Amino acid sequence: MARRPAKPRGDGPLLDIRDLRIEATSYPPGEAPRIVTIVDGVSLTLERGKVLGLIGESGAGKSTIGLSSMGYGRGGVRITGGEVRLNGRDIMKNRASGFRALRGREVCYVAQSAAAAFNPAHKLMDQVVEAAVRHGTLRRAEAEKRAVALFRKLSLPNPETIGERFPHQVSGGQLQRVMTAMALCSEPDLIVFDEPTTALDVTTQIDVLAAIKDAIRDTGVAALYITHDLAVVAQVADQIMVLRHGKLVEWGDTRQIIKEPRQEYTNALVSVHEIQHPEKAPTGTPVLSVKNVTASYGGGRVKVLKNVSVDLCAGQTLAVVGESGSGKSTLARAITGLLPPEDGSVTFVGRTLAPRLRDRTKTDLRELQMIYQMADVAMNPRQTVGTIIGRPIEFYFGIKGQERDRRVAELLEKIEMGKGFIDRYPAELSGGQKQRVCIARALAANPKLIICDEVTSALDPLVANGILKLLLGLQAEEGVAYLFITHDLATVKSIADSIAVMLRGEVVRYGPKSRVLTPPFDDYTDLLLRSVPEMEIGWLEGAISGRRMASAGN
Amino acid sequence: MPDLKRIPLGAWFGLILCAIFLFAAIFAPLVAPHGMGEIVGDVWAPASAQYPFGTDNLGRDLLSRMIYGARTTILIAALATALSFILGSVLGFMAAVAGGWFDTVSSRVVDLLMAIPTLIFALVVLSVLPTTVVTLILVMGILDSTRVFRLARAVAVDINVMDYVEAAKLRGEGTGWIIFREILPNALSPLISELGLRFIYAVLFLSALSFLGLGVQPPEADWGGMVKENKDGIVFGIPAALIPAAAIALLAISVNLVADWVLNRTSDLKGGRGNG
Repeated sequence: MARRPAKPRGDGPLLDIRDLRIEATSYPPGEAPRIVTIVDGVSLTLERGKVLGLIGESGAGKSTIGLSSMGYGRGGVRITGGEVRLNGRDIMKNRASGFRALRGREVCYVAQSAAAAFNPAHKLMDQVVEAAVRHGTLRRAEAEKRAVALFRKLSLPNPETIGERFPHQVSGGQLQRVMTAMALCSEPDLIVFDEPTTALDVTTQIDVLAAIKDAIRDTGVAALYITHDLAVVAQVADQIMVLRHGKLVEWGDTRQIIKEPRQEYTNALVSVHEIQHPEKAPTGTPVLSVKNVTASYGGGRVKVLKNVSVDLCAGQTLAVVGESGSGKSTLARAITGLLPPEDGSVTFVGRTLAPRLRDRTKTDLRELQMIYQMADVAMNPRQTVGTIIGRPIEFYFGIKGQERDRRVAELLEKIEMGKGFIDRYPAELSGGQKQRVCIARALAANPKLIICDEVTSALDPLVANGILKLLLGLQAEEGVAYLFITHDLATVKSIADSIAVMLRGEVVRYGPKSRVLTPPFDDYTDLLLRSVPEMEIGWLEGAISGRRMASAGN
Repeated sequence: MPDLKRIPLGAWFGLILCAIFLFAAIFAPLVAPHGMGEIVGDVWAPASAQYPFGTDNLGRDLLSRMIYGARTTILIAALATALSFILGSVLGFMAAVAGGWFDTVSSRVVDLLMAIPTLIFALVVLSVLPTTVVTLILVMGILDSTRVFRLARAVAVDINVMDYVEAAKLRGEGTGWIIFREILPNALSPLISELGLRFIYAVLFLSALSFLGLGVQPPEADWGGMVKENKDGIVFGIPAALIPAAAIALLAISVNLVADWVLNRTSDLKGGRGNG
């Protein structure tokens, strides 16, 4: 393959970042604009063909560092200090044309949300070969041949023809692999993977992860792998760098970081998820009893729930587990009355609930609350925290004015947030705080049951851990029952009393936690359990070879 | 309240001009040097210290008529815009939230109204009905509300599927709360930018109607009518018709500058507290 303009290639490490400093201007409420430091004095080196994992919570600066390797600052972010040496030269001395020559040829980027990163109006193949063809690395025909070979290597179905499809015609996991192929197509020296599997189901994540790992090994490309999930990065990285608040916490071999962390913060990351939750035995009549519920979209054409029956006792937690499309969120919609079931009944505190939302009494509505996955769209961005939490108090109990404000303050106390938040808007809160406010809004109604729809899956592990502890604490205090919808089995272990595993609209396994999580497993539960990343080197290979069925999203 | 120092230059310009126009409109009898219909001098007298803009085709003071004209023009345009916004946005939001037959019927009626060219429709209606200020406002307001309906419905359909609206519905909130407390605050930015535009369209529409003789009737002064009265002078090089025309343009620009600024502030999600 004739490579026309030769790529610069120096001796020494491929990427050498020294004392990187990245800043942005922020506009805090009521104050003069000030400059915030996002990344402060971080240095790293990366040898050819090696993988460095960058790990940390949101706001740790890991994506910003990743993008700095291609000289890019996202959203007004400026690289103000230090050197970024790629292939032996300082790329920050480049002009615009120099950056253009570099991006997509020496360094490629794989984004978190492939669905948002692909242009929906162009076929996949056109987008995959674009960089290689535009840089003159390959001719169109050569590039397509290489793309097909990469599709095959990434075990995509129909590698010859998948390039003819549009982005919406393939699944999320496939799209993420196509994006990896796109990054590999122009034979770069370095690929920046920015949380490539975070948005995927666990069962799909494992396939994508394996595909990425194989592709890195076979092509000898170096990679920066950015994620907040230590167990994931342990599978692919040679070295791991832990970041916090834009500063380096710890940098070492993968084995050393996960087995012998030297810093307290790394230790907290490694040992997260270990909440001990003794299972409560089912007692008395259930607070919620779902009997033979069948529901469908499109007037009966698409059956999404088939004959689902579950019970939930007062003050306990039922976890509903499954992949996307398994019907677990639809079950919540059927219970709340947003999607009236076609058949079957929902009994709540001894009353049979009307199938439709609008036929339900105010008490039914009040005692059954819901918390959403995306806290930032679950709150009206134009209402203050005081209004958001105060409205249910006003609406259900008719309490107004000072008494309402006092209750709001009490609730803020309960969710471990101070009084100062009452006048804030949702945009002024962090992700964890937003979810806490949503919890307070649900609690304000004094409910008997709260449906939690993937409440922790959009959060950083440590923050999610805090939310789970808060939920468990509130359950002990208020005796509220949770219907906990999730795809994350690790979360389930730490919160559930009983578990229902769902697949394609049916409950395939249901019972107390201890029984559901004890072998022998059915194939699907086995797949789910095996797909939860473990913080063990070599876990990935074992999990892939040991499973008995392929994941649905593959 | 907005920090006065942070108002951009363009907004200042627009605000000051709007204030002048409004002041002139509200206090017209006090500000105007002469009466509205009072013949004070020669026909089409040139500008002088006594008549800053000269006189019109009947020898009336142009400045005084401009000031009284501002009153009529702005009042009718403002009321028509207010009517179109209240009607259009409430119906549009309701169509989006309620859906079903209400949405279908109201959307088709709006389509039907929009299919007929507005000016011709207004001409037909106004030639049948007696031309009073009230009919003018009603006709202009209802015809304009179709545009607002379209916009409001489109915006509200997007907002209606957000989780926070679903949360409000699950709480058992009525349509009123959902429309005015959940949807309206989030639909405000596109509506406000449209408000400025619609007001200007109303001014232009009214001027066009008056120019065609179906709007404000003489001897009442209004800018469009004044262009019509003085248009014959243009042939003789007399600028009397251009002055009300320029006033229309200036009002259009200044209102839009203010609307832009308001839009900037309302699109901020931190209550206007942190906007660079």
